[in-house]
Amino acid sequence: MISKLNRDQIAWRVAQDIPDGTYVNLGIGMPEMVANHLPTDRQILFHCENGILGMGPVATPGEEDFDLITAGKKPVTAIAGAAFFDSADAFAMIRGGHIDIAVLGAFQVSGSGDLANWSTGTMGAIPAVGGAMDLAQGAKDVFVMTEHTTKDGAPKIIPACTYPLTGAGVVTSVFTDLAVIDIADGGPVIREIIDGVSFDDLQAVSGAALTLDANCQTLTTPAL
Amino acid sequence: MSIDKLVPTVAAAVQGIADGAVVVISGFGESGNPTELVHALVEQGASNLTVVNNNAGTGHMGLAKLLAAGQVRKVICSFPRSAKSVVFQELYKSDQIELEVVPQGTLAERLRAGGAGIGGFYTPTAAGTPLAEGKETRIIDGQAHVLEFAIRADVALIKADTADAFGNLTYRKAARNFAPAMCMSAALTIVQARTIVATGEIDPEHVITPGIYVDRIVEVADPISEAAALMEPAS
Repeated sequence: MISKLNRDQIAWRVAQDIPDGTYVNLGIGMPEMVANHLPTDRQILFHCENGILGMGPVATPGEEDFDLITAGKKPVTAIAGAAFFDSADAFAMIRGGHIDIAVLGAFQVSGSGDLANWSTGTMGAIPAVGGAMDLAQGAKDVFVMTEHTTKDGAPKIIPACTYPLTGAGVVTSVFTDLAVIDIADGGPVIREIIDGVSFDDLQAVSGAALTLDANCQTLTTPAL
Repeated sequence: MSIDKLVPTVAAAVQGIADGAVVVISGFGESGNPTELVHALVEQGASNLTVVNNNAGTGHMGLAKLLAAGQVRKVICSFPRSAKSVVFQELYKSDQIELEVVPQGTLAERLRAGGAGIGGFYTPTAAGTPLAEGKETRIIDGQAHVLEFAIRADVALIKADTADAFGNLTYRKAARNFAPAMCMSAALTIVQARTIVATGEIDPEHVITPGIYVDRIVEVADPISEAAALMEPAS
């Protein structure tokens, strides 16, 4: 019986790869869960592109201040030592290479690290990009957090994205419910894989050609 | 002689905004929106406007009300899609409004450049994506960059926290967002402030937007919270 990681477990696994003392932007949606799973011995400063460095936990009911919201428009708190700044500065931090890690969701990732996460190109849909392209291009490392396949079982790690790109060649690592995969110069390399899934199994649900890292480990997480 | 940018009412503040104007409006989601100034612009009635905001209005207040009044020809924004962006969705789907989607950081920088006298700039954001199509690109330090042009606005509608008669401004928390760049970008910058203090009371070290970028200030002591309004059950 294969037990795929749940979303909290994927978030936990991403959190383990965020070093102490880094500046991190968590994208809207699933990436926000990473904040709940950080090792307690690390100090991470979270950046919000609407002008917060040092974002704290989500505001509890009654504590909400609508002048203090996340990029996803949720009321949040600020830690001691936080800073506020304007949007132009917020994106100078992103494009200027001052943000160490952006954790983003994905519709598709190509074998060469192209990211598609803002549009499925559906005719008539309202296009909306927000800060995704700036983050994808500007953060030093881009961690993608996603289920390995779509709800219909189609691969999301594929030779070339078919959806409109967010950024070309920007993804550093992909964390899925089955594996941790690094995007290397030669393509995607499996760094960790969950128990009970073989290389061939993983390749079968990945469109892009994978290789196995010589030191590939078993991907294990706590029960969450 | 003295510099006094205070005006008595929001109606006086928006006087003279012309049909066809490019109007930049501060705010991100529901934080930092100059709702009362936008409502005054609805009353004032200028039409055929191009509006720049990060979003495209939510619910039925503020920017959404301006859109519903049919005063806006085109929206320039980064993220027009949200569950509660009902007015914009209707207009867009029935081809009654034009949309220019801009990456959020590019939008902020285009405004800042407009205010700083920079005609355009090259940014790596959006290189290789559909949002770079038709734009000049060049390789700088080995990386593809896209040419983006400044936005110079006719009018800025801004929400601040504290202001003085010189137009010096401070903001509150993340409600600052696009306001400082927008104040710079416009020929006529109109500000609603929660508190107006005597000139000199804002510590010069703490001024966020220097008054040179500001033209008119009106006190709105207890501004509408569009966020709180959106959370109320529909009556």
